[in-house]
Amino acid sequence: MSNGNGQSGLVKWIDERLPVFTFMQHELNDYPTPKNLSYWWNFGSLAGFVLVVMIVTGIMLAMNYTPHVDYAFDSVERIMRDVNYGWLLRYIHMNGGSMFFIVVYIHIFRGLYYGSYKSPRELLWMLGVIILILMMATAFMGYVLPWGQMSFWGATVITNLFSAIPLIGEDVVTWLWGGFAVENPTLNRFYSLHYLFPFLIVGVVVLHMVALHTTKSNNPLGIDAKGPQDTIPFHPYYTMKDYFGIGVFLIFFAGFVFFAPNFFGEPDNYIEADPLVTPPHIVPEWYFLPYYAILRAFTEDYFLYVPISWLMSAKLAGVIAMFGSIFVLFALPWLDTSPVRSARFRPIYKQFFWLFLINCFILGVVGAKAPDDQVFTWFEGFQYVHLGQITTAYYFFHFLILFPLLGKLERPKPIPKSISEPVLPGGGTVAAGAAAKPMEKA
Amino acid sequence: MMRRAGFLTTLAALGLFASQTAQAAGDAHPIPSQEWSHSGLFGTFDQAQLQRGFTVYQNVCAGCHSLRLVAYRNLAAIGLTEDEIKAVAAEQEVDGEPDEDGEPTTRPAIPADRFVPPFPNEQAARAANGGSMPPDLSLMTKARIGGPDYLYALLVGYQDEAPEGVEMGEGMSYNIYYPGNQIAMAAPLAEGAVDYADGTEASVEQMAKDVTAFLSWAAEPELEDRKRMGVKVLLFLIVLTGLFYAVKKKVWADVH
Amino acid sequence: MADAAAAGGGAGHDEDVTRRDFLYIATGAFGVVGTAIALWPFVDSMNPSADTLALSTIEVDISGVEEGQSITVKWRGKPVFIRRRTQDEISEAESVALTELPDPQADEDRVQKAEWLIMVGVCTHLGCIPLGQKASDKKGDFGGWFCPCHGSHYDTSGRIRKGPAPENLPVPQYTFLDDTTVRIG
Repeated sequence: MSNGNGQSGLVKWIDERLPVFTFMQHELNDYPTPKNLSYWWNFGSLAGFVLVVMIVTGIMLAMNYTPHVDYAFDSVERIMRDVNYGWLLRYIHMNGGSMFFIVVYIHIFRGLYYGSYKSPRELLWMLGVIILILMMATAFMGYVLPWGQMSFWGATVITNLFSAIPLIGEDVVTWLWGGFAVENPTLNRFYSLHYLFPFLIVGVVVLHMVALHTTKSNNPLGIDAKGPQDTIPFHPYYTMKDYFGIGVFLIFFAGFVFFAPNFFGEPDNYIEADPLVTPPHIVPEWYFLPYYAILRAFTEDYFLYVPISWLMSAKLAGVIAMFGSIFVLFALPWLDTSPVRSARFRPIYKQFFWLFLINCFILGVVGAKAPDDQVFTWFEGFQYVHLGQITTAYYFFHFLILFPLLGKLERPKPIPKSISEPVLPGGGTVAAGAAAKPMEKA
Repeated sequence: MMRRAGFLTTLAALGLFASQTAQAAGDAHPIPSQEWSHSGLFGTFDQAQLQRGFTVYQNVCAGCHSLRLVAYRNLAAIGLTEDEIKAVAAEQEVDGEPDEDGEPTTRPAIPADRFVPPFPNEQAARAANGGSMPPDLSLMTKARIGGPDYLYALLVGYQDEAPEGVEMGEGMSYNIYYPGNQIAMAAPLAEGAVDYADGTEASVEQMAKDVTAFLSWAAEPELEDRKRMGVKVLLFLIVLTGLFYAVKKKVWADVH
Repeated sequence: MADAAAAGGGAGHDEDVTRRDFLYIATGAFGVVGTAIALWPFVDSMNPSADTLALSTIEVDISGVEEGQSITVKWRGKPVFIRRRTQDEISEAESVALTELPDPQADEDRVQKAEWLIMVGVCTHLGCIPLGQKASDKKGDFGGWFCPCHGSHYDTSGRIRKGPAPENLPVPQYTFLDDTTVRIG
């Protein structure tokens, strides 16, 4: 509550020795923010909010959870049945995982659309990719903890991926397990790491924020703020906008927690893990489905694998492609050669952006299907494995070929001079008011 | 085979992809949906029905199927009195403390104990059931696609004769809703298999409905609390979000 | 959120300002109250859970306890001493003058039936378990219980007589359901 110069004696005393209040005033209140941010810019702070919710509910759950193969399943059910509001904490945490990915995926796609990864924000973007990777590891290990059938078999399948590593693969997998199968040591270490990783995420989020406040926020026009007339202080403008965003988000979140808590879940995970019985069809959680589709797209007999078949096994190719599909994001700031950030002024990229989004969505569907299921009832012989190969190919084409080429070939539209005076050289003008509310305009 | 019941059926329903219905290789019938008092935004359990369902569980299911996550004390939630609960619990024996000579002892179960399983271990359960393991029922409605609808369908889906040309395995029964159609459990419900205390006629459909409702409660005992709280939380959040929106608009009014 | 009122800025006539302040205060109040209520489930989840509470009362069958014998049962994680006292022990406990006691309490106030002494067997000094349940145990100078940790002596009514303990052994809430069953808690 430091309000300019109206500081109390204690606040002043502390601040002269440890300038936390000056820092907060500077970074949370005064922080000059472009005045034309749309609601798509809400998802960063929203992700931070979900992270806090996940950590707090997680700590409460950990107080009642037992990381032992004989008790894990029952301890989760004890939380659901006997612990005061345990069902609430558990359902918030369980659905919170899905919410976290929804929010973060929107945040990432916003960055892709408006070129938020471009110079000078390369490190900001790369830190974000690290957060994504840590989130995925955390989510994967967290899903193992209830020790249901999907927990167990998900853990088995994913850890077995590492057996594709040449020469040392088997040893690596044994090391990951701490035994010769997913067993009690595996559950114990996953619990330990699942508790640790969120705090690593917090650390990287802090770096992400430092980088953000150094390079300043991007905006829907993708141009730099030229002076004070282009920015407004973060508080109260964006704090209030963020509060409103959190309110809308909480309504969405609460809808699932209270009325469809198992919507994102698998019925099989309400059956206790049985190392002798595999469920008929193993699917990961929805947020992993696209990667799962990429993993499965590499098979001995199909085109994607043929060009590299002399080099490695199909299994290894799938694993590399799956990890590559995320790691390629690190290279994106350099793969994209366009001088223009925002897709608003990139007519061709804009269309490919939507194509890419749809492609990711289809990959997700493919990941959920059995590979040899028919895609269309009216088109005999076209199976999901085929669709997965096409969409996987496009995924990498988009990053590795399209981005570098498009930057060179595309003729961007004229770019406004500044955020507050968007007079277009081409003749048209964009009203500043309208630019500030692009969502309503769209 | 369609597994992801919630998320992907929704996608399919949006008409985005060819929908393959929830059935294995075209041999199990689609599951008809039923009316349940506990579904919907304001759904609550019907206590009389839960008590009837408990009668069915006790007299029909409990011989083979455990309910190990539910405690006898939980029966207070379906309207049993303390003495009734004590009596139900006391019918079962559980392991007690070893006596002075170190010999194992047993004692009658108390309300704080969880439902005592019918078999001491999986091997015993299999031995008594022709090699098949009767699954625990505590989470059954959450652990199957289709939930209570599936459970009800399964209980009424038995047919005396397998269709022409279907080779039945040893000791198997034909059920039109079971994946693969051959189920190791013989038709559990027969007309009048239980006597309902409230005089309701014990038809197969009635018993199937009641016991499914009871098992829905066993799987989600928090359901009523959850929905009641959810309505309040949503109302609060809608007002709060409305206020936030108003504040946001006021604050932004001077930005041009 | 109160900052919003100060930083909201913008000119307007007084009525506008009042209405705006009211909106800010109402929103702030809603937000704060909502957050406070939302914290309760987190706090309450650390309170004893339903299964713990279910074991907070126990029923004990005392039909097998002979005169002069004691049994120990576990209740809420602590030992409860149940002793079927002999006539001698009862009269000894009843005959003590209250003025002699560090923590004066009549024997009849500590038992429901003179024959049955039921108390929590945790020394009121620093929480050790006193000896005296078994016939072979050292029972202290007053024939009741003796805490080996720091030498507190309890009499046949479980009252402190000598040593550092400040209070008598506490009597839990209990009821006799019938002649042979007692419910503790």
